[in-house]
Amino acid sequence: MTDTPPCPVMSVPRREAHQKVTGRAHYSSDILLPGQLYAGILRSPHARARVRQVDDCAVRKVAGVRDVITPGDDPGFYWYGEQVPTLGEELRFVGDEIAALTADSEEAATDGLRAFAVDYEVLEPVVGLDDAARDGAPLVYPDKPGNLAAKPRIYSRGDIKAGFAAAEVVVAGTWTTQTALHNALEPHGCNAWWDGELLNLWVSTQSIFTVRDNVASKLGLPLNRVRVHAQHIGGGFGAKQVDWKPTVIAAILARRSNRPVKLMLDREAENLAAGNRNATRQQLRLGATRDGRLCAIAATIDIDGGAYTLGGENSMVAGCYQQLYDCDNVYTEQRQYYSNTGPAVAFRAPGYVEGTAALEQAMDDLARELELDPFALRERNYSSRDQMRDKVYSSPEALRRCYSAARQDFDWPVRSQPATPRKCRGIGMAASVWPAGSRNPPAYATVIVQTDGSVSVLSGTQDIGTGTRTVLAQVAAQALDLPVDQVEVVIGDTATELYAPPSAGSATLATLGPAVHAAALEVRQQVLTLAAQELKAELQLLRLENGTVAGTAESPAVPLRELAGAAPPGSLRANSAIQSKPGAVATCTFAVQCAEVEVDLDTAEITLLRLTCAPDCGAVVNRLLADSQVIGGVTQGLGFALTEARLVDDATGLVLNANLEDYLVPTAADVPPINHAVVNLPDVSENPLGIKGLGEPPMIATAPAIANAVRDALGVRLRDLPLTRRRLLEALKQSGTGR
Amino acid sequence: MEIIEAQSGYTSFTLQVNGQRYALNVEPRRTLLDALRIDCGLTGAKKVCEMGNCGACTVLLDGAAVYSCLVLAVECEQRQLTTIESGATGNTVGALQRVFIEHDALQCGYCTPGQIMSLAALFDRDPSPSEASITEAVAGNLCRCGAYRHILQAAQSLAAAGANAAGSEDD
Repeated sequence: MTDTPPCPVMSVPRREAHQKVTGRAHYSSDILLPGQLYAGILRSPHARARVRQVDDCAVRKVAGVRDVITPGDDPGFYWYGEQVPTLGEELRFVGDEIAALTADSEEAATDGLRAFAVDYEVLEPVVGLDDAARDGAPLVYPDKPGNLAAKPRIYSRGDIKAGFAAAEVVVAGTWTTQTALHNALEPHGCNAWWDGELLNLWVSTQSIFTVRDNVASKLGLPLNRVRVHAQHIGGGFGAKQVDWKPTVIAAILARRSNRPVKLMLDREAENLAAGNRNATRQQLRLGATRDGRLCAIAATIDIDGGAYTLGGENSMVAGCYQQLYDCDNVYTEQRQYYSNTGPAVAFRAPGYVEGTAALEQAMDDLARELELDPFALRERNYSSRDQMRDKVYSSPEALRRCYSAARQDFDWPVRSQPATPRKCRGIGMAASVWPAGSRNPPAYATVIVQTDGSVSVLSGTQDIGTGTRTVLAQVAAQALDLPVDQVEVVIGDTATELYAPPSAGSATLATLGPAVHAAALEVRQQVLTLAAQELKAELQLLRLENGTVAGTAESPAVPLRELAGAAPPGSLRANSAIQSKPGAVATCTFAVQCAEVEVDLDTAEITLLRLTCAPDCGAVVNRLLADSQVIGGVTQGLGFALTEARLVDDATGLVLNANLEDYLVPTAADVPPINHAVVNLPDVSENPLGIKGLGEPPMIATAPAIANAVRDALGVRLRDLPLTRRRLLEALKQSGTGR
Repeated sequence: MEIIEAQSGYTSFTLQVNGQRYALNVEPRRTLLDALRIDCGLTGAKKVCEMGNCGACTVLLDGAAVYSCLVLAVECEQRQLTTIESGATGNTVGALQRVFIEHDALQCGYCTPGQIMSLAALFDRDPSPSEASITEAVAGNLCRCGAYRHILQAAQSLAAAGANAAGSEDD
């Protein structure tokens, strides 16, 4: 990949930073519409129950309550690919929707929800993987025997039996990963307003077009009668790329009342009923020769998908086993179970976070077994091919570059000395792979040079905090050779009718950027053609540079502003789209991370000392924003490693920590220095910008890198995430304090 | 008739926010956060946890950082409230806003007003706080995008500038 991409690495401040730091950025939760009502949803207090009767007489008498809908008012369409109504009498998890209301104020809505009298038949719930898979377990769905959500997904290459027969060393173990909650600070929610027959929605979403299409389809509306707005979004992390019930409920309530309706989830509902990362149990065996060549990888993976399966969210836990290392004999079997907890949904690098956590800890154990440096073991099993898709990687050297960048930045294997003998220090590393590239087409963009020379970029994408606005402005400014502040980016409104994919899969910029780039180049050509006419100069002699058309000795330079004024309004514009194309190569991103930790032998407290992440994202367009993405991903990864877990009572299925008090996301005090070891390796296999994507990869290898560092410090391996102090203390007790 | 009945439990009072007066007529249970967002139209403070867990609703009450989700609006009569919307050239909030932009100390931006107000309370007391004081000041402000390192760097750069200014005054 030696082609130089058109965008040099720059550090451009975030485009909407000023609005955000001054409190003037309006998120969906901030929208206040004239005459707006507040909606609330009554949710199941039981993990599994049948509603015998909903009595709303008292609700309707509460001062300020305007309207109530119950299962009897069900609009008649279904959810989750099953016969699941919007407001149900069969309740399958704590938080399942039963009824909804509107009221004049938030307080009145709260009063109204408290006044419902519901008669429940409480049923025995299915809680967790052991419960779902046991003989005689209750069935979440009567027609899903064994609580299996689908047929097991089996992948096999080579001959796994022969592979293990040839193995001189085998590492085996059962690993578990926990249910994690997204906890984007802005909860899911929306404002709905019917402007005559036109439904307007302001939604906190990662995909305005997904919301538009699904809401229209459910409500039986033509697509051109639904308009979705999302100017600023308070985080998503995967949970906001599907359409959830509240958006549709708000639209129904708004139509019934002829008033705008605001429906925001509170934190508890957000943590019960708006998605979570699936828990896994992975039985893993690695076979290798004495000199460290992998000859067999086998993994049996059980996934707790919760009460409902969300379309397209079938987690690829097995992906890393098939892709990360060169191994001829691989067998993976992935089984997804139903249980009576909240539905799982994509969460930053879904599947790969869970799978890599187990694989990379097992690789660390293998390196110890073989007395090899963990980097050396990985180099020995380096793959320049994606064996899962049987194609060569588009950047076959990218992962190697990540290894050397991480190693150098971290100064591996240097470690510092602890202050006291009762504290131990350790270092660990891990690698990761993630499918990437321009993989979510189509994506459309329009670039316009206005008659005053300013530039507008339009697209139906959205910025969930990744910096999409900023980087699209950079791409257009670069193609037109203008200062970036001359470009305005208009996104977050389906009325542009410029379809763009969900902000998901780390593919937004790699998918949409090329469309903006192509449209900008086309407009540039239009400007030069106009200049040739106006200046009576030869087209091929003219250049657009730094906001000015520079010509020949005979024709003077003309500022773009002056030239654009000579064109009819709206005439300097181009539309471009990126469509799918079959790739001859496999485009993936890679990352390598290192961690140093200190563990207190008396308290089992883990202190992170430093972290390094070397991600391959193709070309880096904005160094400042890339640093933020990398540091942010690693920060979420360390929460997954050490503290984050949804806790559910085994007997009742009640969620014990659906809040930010007991669900422990990292704080500023928990985060050590995090280095972004830049690997700027443009990859033009899928787009001329050389961009592959950066959102998810920085989170994948963090947990195993930290777990390996803890193993290095203590001499004890824990196979369950997160690495809580209770688990560590138990392990220390059993091992007689390790080392 | 219904509306009159609903109004019966309301109370009227005035809030002083960022030097402006706002006349309110709300139920006594209305939180300061809801009053700011709904009644004053100041939506910078954000509603995230409603339990004092996350700091996204932080504002200054007589100069001290408080979680506005845990304060009732009626408690704030006759007191000085300062919100993120007070930021201007030459004041602490404005200076923090500038360094936040420079250091990209935000991603989705939802926690940002709270982060800045927690730091504003600190910098108003001490223009050149230590790294430990800075971390302590924002330890109660959650950021799910993981912008902490940049937040700390932004605040440290302002603290260094404050130390320099103090140093030049001493000269």
